[in-house]
Amino acid sequence: MTEHVLSHDASTVGEIAGVRAREQRRHKASIALRYFLLAAVGLLMLYPLIWLIGASFKTNSEIFANPGFWPENPTLDGYIKGWQTSTPYSFGTFFLNTLWIVIPKVIGTAISCTAVAYGFARFDFPFKKVLFASLIATLLLPNVVTRIPQYLLFRDLGWLDSFLPLWVPSAFAGDAFFVFMLVQFLRAIPRDMEEAARVDGATTWQTLIFIVVPLLMPALISVCLFQFMWTMNDFLGPLIYISSVDKYPVSLALKLSIDTTEAFEWNRVLAMSVLALTPALAVFFLAQKYFIDGISSGGIKG
Amino acid sequence: MARLQLRNLEKDYGSFRAVHGINLDVEDGEFMVLVGPSGCAKSTTLRMIAGLERITGGEIRIGGELVNEKPPGDRGISMVFQNYALYPHMKVRKNLSFSMRLKRRPAEEIEKATEHVSGLLEINPLLDRLPKQLSGGQAQRVAVGRALIKKPQVFLFDEPLSNLDAKLRASMRVRITDLHKRLKAEGQQATVVYVTHDQTEAMTMGDRICVMKDGHIMQVADPVTLYNRPSNTFVAGFIGSPEMNFLDGELKGQTHVKAADQTVALGDEFARRLSAETSGEVTLGIRPQHLRIAEAETPGTLKGKVNHIEFMGHEVYLYVDVGPRRLIAVVPSAAYDRAALRDDWVWLSPDSKGVHLFDRQTGENISLAI
Repeated sequence: MTEHVLSHDASTVGEIAGVRAREQRRHKASIALRYFLLAAVGLLMLYPLIWLIGASFKTNSEIFANPGFWPENPTLDGYIKGWQTSTPYSFGTFFLNTLWIVIPKVIGTAISCTAVAYGFARFDFPFKKVLFASLIATLLLPNVVTRIPQYLLFRDLGWLDSFLPLWVPSAFAGDAFFVFMLVQFLRAIPRDMEEAARVDGATTWQTLIFIVVPLLMPALISVCLFQFMWTMNDFLGPLIYISSVDKYPVSLALKLSIDTTEAFEWNRVLAMSVLALTPALAVFFLAQKYFIDGISSGGIKG
Repeated sequence: MARLQLRNLEKDYGSFRAVHGINLDVEDGEFMVLVGPSGCAKSTTLRMIAGLERITGGEIRIGGELVNEKPPGDRGISMVFQNYALYPHMKVRKNLSFSMRLKRRPAEEIEKATEHVSGLLEINPLLDRLPKQLSGGQAQRVAVGRALIKKPQVFLFDEPLSNLDAKLRASMRVRITDLHKRLKAEGQQATVVYVTHDQTEAMTMGDRICVMKDGHIMQVADPVTLYNRPSNTFVAGFIGSPEMNFLDGELKGQTHVKAADQTVALGDEFARRLSAETSGEVTLGIRPQHLRIAEAETPGTLKGKVNHIEFMGHEVYLYVDVGPRRLIAVVPSAAYDRAALRDDWVWLSPDSKGVHLFDRQTGENISLAI
């Protein structure tokens, strides 16, 4: 009886080991397959970017002759000539112009959106609901619809061919999406800290600056990043309002090199495109941690 | 002087009246506990005193001065919140000194005050930690420290211990009452208003207790009076554990109550406690501790069947069904010795000193004449 039980046990143990080994193999195979698929699709998505970087080192004739991304005769020609441009200004000027548009705009957005979101999330005032609803409604409005009235308005103000039409709307919390994002984030933060600050003698503005802004930081960083990238990439805004070449940002300057040259110097265009991409990519990777925090978490942990 | 006075204090939320014109005086240096079930507006009252909630009507005076329209920071109060509300991005040191830094006090003064307060609360080793690195009890002490450093006229506590476990709560209770005595001994103003829903906390900490229900004050008294002379059924039922037993009955000849088809004798002594105009319909209230058990029938006692027994160590809770009602009797476990078991018949005789009669209509205690 005992023997029988023992031998039975031994065979069971063997079976279990076999099943476990099989399962482990299957698990490994499924992982390998999964990663292979992900890598393949990822590569497919990234290929245009990889090709772009490769092509920026090719000669003009090779771009169309050689479909692969690896340049046969790598050359910096595209970068050197592209940087100089066919205008009296180098790309350095255009990069500075972009920064000169982006930085005030990001700062203005951060300050104004925080203040407006704080107001909507924490205070009661007459017509609050109507005002908030109309703010959200502007989110649904296609940008194109407001371009012409806005253009006429800024023309009458005499702001054409200056950066003001690009700066001012953002400095008055014109980007409803950011206000909405911050309001949602704020709503998830308990009010106790702010009440404690008021009991400690802080004024409304002190509470905002010393307590709310630090709590809001992850969301605020996301807002700044979004604004940074969107403004870097904005083409239509500068195209409409800016007419002198010396004020062109990078996005317009890229188009410029296509327009003015008779035979398109594609390698220059591609080289400058690569340069235009770098700041946004660099900033994104540097701030990725906060960025993800800001858009994924609704608040702070208790 | 840090006397706190509430006069006809009212609070409406839309058409709902949360606080119905309450009047309360908290004397200088007094530890006043506001207690009541959830929704009784005790926290709202506290928040109105703090200035975090606008008042609809009435007056709040702190140290004689009308503070209705003053912002919280200028009222001379400080507050400890239920979930501590420490500033999560500041270290403990900065949390403590936030109010002083806002007032731009000199650095040495801030340093000295921080050291003093952290010494009092034994939080010196925690000064360079962030709030998320603190345990619940430590965070609570930091929150108390933050209130202390302001040297306010009135301290407000909003259920400060309800997030702590039972053991820690007991030790924090002692710590806070000790601190209160110590501040008073040092000559600092230390008027306290403490909100809790826990009657044990109220009874052990308060100099006086204000029992609230639905935005009304039911009774304000010291713990002993509240326990021995509750002014209505609500207070009688709220204070004391287990809850007081209530039996609807009819008063017969000032000394007997007919309830649950039986007659309870209250003793001749009891008649003198009744107010003169006492009518027939009453509610009899007997604390579980004031019910004695007899195992043989005696006249004037309540006959009932033991339904359930809880052994608590030094005492035993007996759940006895008397007619349709279930009464709880608390008897010393030594004296009782498991004599009555489940489903046994017992006779409960009330100790007349622990018996109260309430008007059935108004709920007022009518046995407080002496």
